[in-house]
Amino acid sequence: MSDATVNPPATAEPVHDDTIPEGYDDTQDHIGLPHDTSTGLSNTKLAMWMFLGSECLLFGGLISTYMLYRNRQGDAVGPDQLWDIPFTSATSFVLLMSSLTMVLAVTSAQRRDERRARLWLVVTALLGGLFLSGQVYEFTVFYREGLGYTTSLFASSFYTLTGFHGVHVAVGIIMLLSLVAMLAKNRIVGDKAETIEMVGLYWHFVDVVWIVIFTLVYLIPA
Amino acid sequence: MTMDSDTAITEPVPASVDHSRPDEHDHTITDKNLIFIALFLAVLTALEVAATEVDFVPDALLIPSLLIMMTVKFFVVVLYFMHLKFDSRLFSLMFYIGLVFAVALYGVMLATFHFFTG
Repeated sequence: MSDATVNPPATAEPVHDDTIPEGYDDTQDHIGLPHDTSTGLSNTKLAMWMFLGSECLLFGGLISTYMLYRNRQGDAVGPDQLWDIPFTSATSFVLLMSSLTMVLAVTSAQRRDERRARLWLVVTALLGGLFLSGQVYEFTVFYREGLGYTTSLFASSFYTLTGFHGVHVAVGIIMLLSLVAMLAKNRIVGDKAETIEMVGLYWHFVDVVWIVIFTLVYLIPA
Repeated sequence: MTMDSDTAITEPVPASVDHSRPDEHDHTITDKNLIFIALFLAVLTALEVAATEVDFVPDALLIPSLLIMMTVKFFVVVLYFMHLKFDSRLFSLMFYIGLVFAVALYGVMLATFHFFTG
């Protein structure tokens, strides 16, 4: 590591630092200040994207396991007898709209309109709660139809996949409500907009996972 | 070496260094644009459901059309709602490495179990 890297020359002219690869361009935070890191990027945001990349592997495993076992219901009830597509479409729409309210919360925070940001966060949490209620209702109906967790390989893989997603939604709701409480009490240290954006990234990821689940599990015929 | 690396990580980048694209921070997605994107996603969802329920798509094209609409929805959310289109390429790299690895890994796994060939 050269001295130039450790102690960058204090010059008014733009200096090219070879330790910062090409393409690292998010060098400023929401108030226009450079991040205090060697890359100029927010480490929190970098870590969140790495986490979301790893989550792709988790859900990829669950989805492909379901795809393998979707026809393995034996004599028990299968997808064709259970799915209520209009109902699931409505809950999917609710989750999709929660992504809109989440991104509106982020843009409000970036404009430093904290009051509106809090409002959108609450709406997002409510929409998430509505989706989760729909999922609980759906599970209850399926159970009454005779689809227990261990009824068949199809049932186990279905409940594991959608249950894991539901847990992610529940965690997201807890994060949203905690964020609202912390904003109200002014307990967030540092860039508030970035904190809201991190929760937003998680929430959008939960939405994109459901986009995949909705199509592969519910819409594509077995 | 470790010492140097640690130093490099904690050392602030001088404010004079500008690694952003010329228009990097000029872009704006207005709330109106975001609502339009959400409407587009809602329409795609409605089309997906209609293709399955109303049977206006030929059977041979049903699964490919559903997969295409799913992929479009996925990337619209990732690129615009998650802002990946306008953020650093390093963030994209972190996410796409996981995504591509997952698709490749589980694609091979499903192929091993003859999922695609029945």
